[in-house]
Amino acid sequence: MFALARGGAVLLLLLLAACGTEYPQNSLSPHSDFAETIHQLYVSIFWWTMFILAVVWVLLAWVVVKFRAREGDEKPRQIRGHLGLEIGWTVGPALIVIAIAIPTIQAVFATQRPVSEDAMTVEVTGHRFWWEFHYPEQGITTANELVLPVDRPVNLRLGSPDVIHSFWVPKLGGKRDANPTVAVRDGEEPKYNWLFFTPQETGYFYGQCAEFCGESHAFMAMRVLVETEEDFEAWADRWRESPGALPPSGPEQPEDETELEMAGMPVQADEPDELEVGDEDPLVAMGRDVFLNQATCLACHAIEGTSAQGDRGPNLTLFGERTTLASGILENNPENLAAWIKDPWAFKPAAAMPGVDYDMQGTAGFWPATELSDEQVRAVSAYLLSLK
Amino acid sequence: MSSVATQQADTHSGAHEEETGLWSWITTVDHKRIAIMYFVTATIFFFVGGVEAMIMRFQLMNPEQSLISAELYNQLFTMHGTTMIFLVAMPMAVAFFNYVVPLQIGARDVAFPRLNALSYWIFLFGGLYLNASWLFAAAPNASWVGYATLTSSQFSPGVNVDFWFISLSILGIASIAGGVNFITTIVNMRAPGMKLMRMPLFTWMTFVTSFLLITAIPVIAVALIFLGFDRLFGTVFFDPGMGGDPVLWQHLFWIFGHPEVYILILPAFGVISDVIPTFSKKPLFGYPIVVYAGILIGFIGWGVWSHHMFTVGLGPIADSFFVAATMIIAIPTGVKIFNWIATMWGGSIRFTTAMLFSIGLLAVFTVGGLSGIMHASAPVNLQQHDTYFVVAHFHYVIVGGAMMGLWAGLYYWFPKASGRFLNETLGKWHFWTTMIGFNLTFFPMHFSGMFGMPRRIYTYSADLNVAIYNQLATIGAVIFAISAVIMVWNLVQSWRKGEKAPADPWGAPHLEWSIPSPPHHYNFPELPTVRSREPLWNDGEREEILAVTMGEATEEPHMPNPSYWPILLAASITLAWALVMTGVWWVIALGIIPVFFCTLMWGLEPAFPEDH
Repeated sequence: MFALARGGAVLLLLLLAACGTEYPQNSLSPHSDFAETIHQLYVSIFWWTMFILAVVWVLLAWVVVKFRAREGDEKPRQIRGHLGLEIGWTVGPALIVIAIAIPTIQAVFATQRPVSEDAMTVEVTGHRFWWEFHYPEQGITTANELVLPVDRPVNLRLGSPDVIHSFWVPKLGGKRDANPTVAVRDGEEPKYNWLFFTPQETGYFYGQCAEFCGESHAFMAMRVLVETEEDFEAWADRWRESPGALPPSGPEQPEDETELEMAGMPVQADEPDELEVGDEDPLVAMGRDVFLNQATCLACHAIEGTSAQGDRGPNLTLFGERTTLASGILENNPENLAAWIKDPWAFKPAAAMPGVDYDMQGTAGFWPATELSDEQVRAVSAYLLSLK
Repeated sequence: MSSVATQQADTHSGAHEEETGLWSWITTVDHKRIAIMYFVTATIFFFVGGVEAMIMRFQLMNPEQSLISAELYNQLFTMHGTTMIFLVAMPMAVAFFNYVVPLQIGARDVAFPRLNALSYWIFLFGGLYLNASWLFAAAPNASWVGYATLTSSQFSPGVNVDFWFISLSILGIASIAGGVNFITTIVNMRAPGMKLMRMPLFTWMTFVTSFLLITAIPVIAVALIFLGFDRLFGTVFFDPGMGGDPVLWQHLFWIFGHPEVYILILPAFGVISDVIPTFSKKPLFGYPIVVYAGILIGFIGWGVWSHHMFTVGLGPIADSFFVAATMIIAIPTGVKIFNWIATMWGGSIRFTTAMLFSIGLLAVFTVGGLSGIMHASAPVNLQQHDTYFVVAHFHYVIVGGAMMGLWAGLYYWFPKASGRFLNETLGKWHFWTTMIGFNLTFFPMHFSGMFGMPRRIYTYSADLNVAIYNQLATIGAVIFAISAVIMVWNLVQSWRKGEKAPADPWGAPHLEWSIPSPPHHYNFPELPTVRSREPLWNDGEREEILAVTMGEATEEPHMPNPSYWPILLAASITLAWALVMTGVWWVIALGIIPVFFCTLMWGLEPAFPEDH
């Protein structure tokens, strides 16, 4: 009985505490059809289980209070069983289980239905310890921040080149493992896992790897940006426009009028104003030079429109637009970026990236220390943040 | 087999005093002493696993902390899980099997006393071997489920995973041997009249659990051998680059892993099925139903493994099958709970500590069972899998179920084993601090999991807003740790100077209470004849249970010799497995020689004193 009272009190307190707080990774806050299906199922099962719990706890409390030993108790009647009761408490739970199982199995099939025709495919690859997103239709590759258009069905194709990861963005739905892709004979299709959903609201969603994948598993987060169709197309166009390339020799960088309109003013307004178009910051120019010509960055990283075409690490095209760095664990600002480039293992042990003064030795191979000076580090981060 | 126990030795001069020195414990084949060694060892490992948990709880108390390194954290949670399952919950249940089952069925020992000793020593050495990895700063770090391909030599190049797969292989031998021993004992060594449907529920659940042990452990043994070959000899069972399949590991692991859950919980169900009737002064309600439900759980437990794998992508048909099978298993579990409540209904309930733990089990295990129904629903599972919600769930099942049941058994059978009561005041402190600490630790984890905190993470972002739940859990863990200290204090104090207990201190119905506390090393001077399910409760028919009035034997029963070959064979088996770590075939081959030698000497040793 005390257990019941205490359990109830704790439950209530926690529920009260839960209200009014923002949980960016909340699994009870559906923002897609997939998440909505799961949530409705969960709510119905929740009430069934609360009903059963109430029955068991009330019965138990009643029995414990009512039948406690008292002075001068007679020897209790020696009852050995009752067939009717046994049938009752077998059939009762069985019916509840059926009531739960039917919608469950319907939801199993509904959430794993075949790919819809008009869906957009994104190939998601879990790496130790970051996420790669490849849009085959758009020819875009990005990392750690998945950009999706609202109200368009999306098929995520999940795979991994190393260990098992699990793609989980709770507000957009359940998780699905990104299994290591098993080699197949020539001509056969490798097996992939798929996740299907349609984001129903624009927004900024937190996600995280949900399958233990090694030392820095805790630091393998991600973000999903669900944007309007126009914003998404504008983003895709900006990506293809290759902002990382050397600026044209002329002082004016050509701007497509229509494109500017499509991109919408907010994007432009977000740009820091000290970086006037065509009037390039010398630090950025230096950073570009370091990144592309001096350091070994381009062995692993790619920036569209430049000679950097490495595919071992995250694609850094439009890096300046990202809200986070190091797969969702740090806010993307110059200080954090410089600190990350100098000493990535301080934030993410065993990350497949060398520091300024230490080599990267690990399961992903060997890369020597970058040996960049502090100024070079600042330059590289300025360059990367200028990619927008 | 039963002839062994009924043989009478030639008259010895005077009463045979039991030896008490260290050597007598090392060479003992007495199931009661082995049980005590199992219990003490498992309790020590419980503290090892508990310290690991406490360090993790402090690391997680606040977001983005780094009290310890990520690598150490990963070692801690891997070792915590492995330790608590294989070195605490299982062997602690085996301690009770050992002490109680022969007494409940009216036998003088288990069927294979030396094999029993071997099981214990292998368990001890396997556990020490696993923990020896700490000395090399190379504790296993790939989680207790050890999913491929993370455990491959490519992604786990150190010896961490070698320590893990080798020690689990060693421990598996102990479990299989124990399973064989208890099945044989229960089938062959019951006292006259002890029909299967007259056996106490604890013996029944031991019987079911033993079948699960001998069938489930070989499956993980196969998986571990595959893993060992992949790591040491370059096979590619789990290597996707060569066409191997990492998902195969998950199937093998969970085909073992789910029956393992029932290996943990069924003994606890058995304990409270004996404790609740005793302290309600009523026979178990629906005895055959409770037995069948236990057997059914054991059977269906084989068909539900993929509910651990709903996120793996097995397709809707497989998912639906495992949803259905998993939900079906909830029915017999529910039936048991209602039968226990019905047993108390109309009874005269005495709130001893043993009874409190049994009632506590009913209250909190139900929570774990119901959260289990939630993630038995595959789509819901896609949100809850690998989050703290699941951590909350299985701690409610394993601590709130298995461990609470075993602690009930501890307070219940301690007077039989020691001849003294555990202090009831300390016992109640133990119970209430356990209830408060346990619930405060694990209940908030439902919330942190729902709000997006994955499990097996070294730290978490402050953005998630789950710090409050982690802080509550850490406070709860401190209280829970205090409860464990109270328990050990009680054990030590009561063992030395607790209140003396008579043969049947609780007015309990089963045969173990018919003989003195503590029992003679030969248990029963004469074998009892059993005529009913509650032999000691048959008013007016008491003369049918001859053993009740038995004191000393006039003639010393013929008991097996002590032997040092079990400990030597266990040591040589452990050594042989340890040499596997070298990966050099001839070193491994050499390591097998002592195993053969010890086995041979064991075989040549006379099991019983020579006839005069």
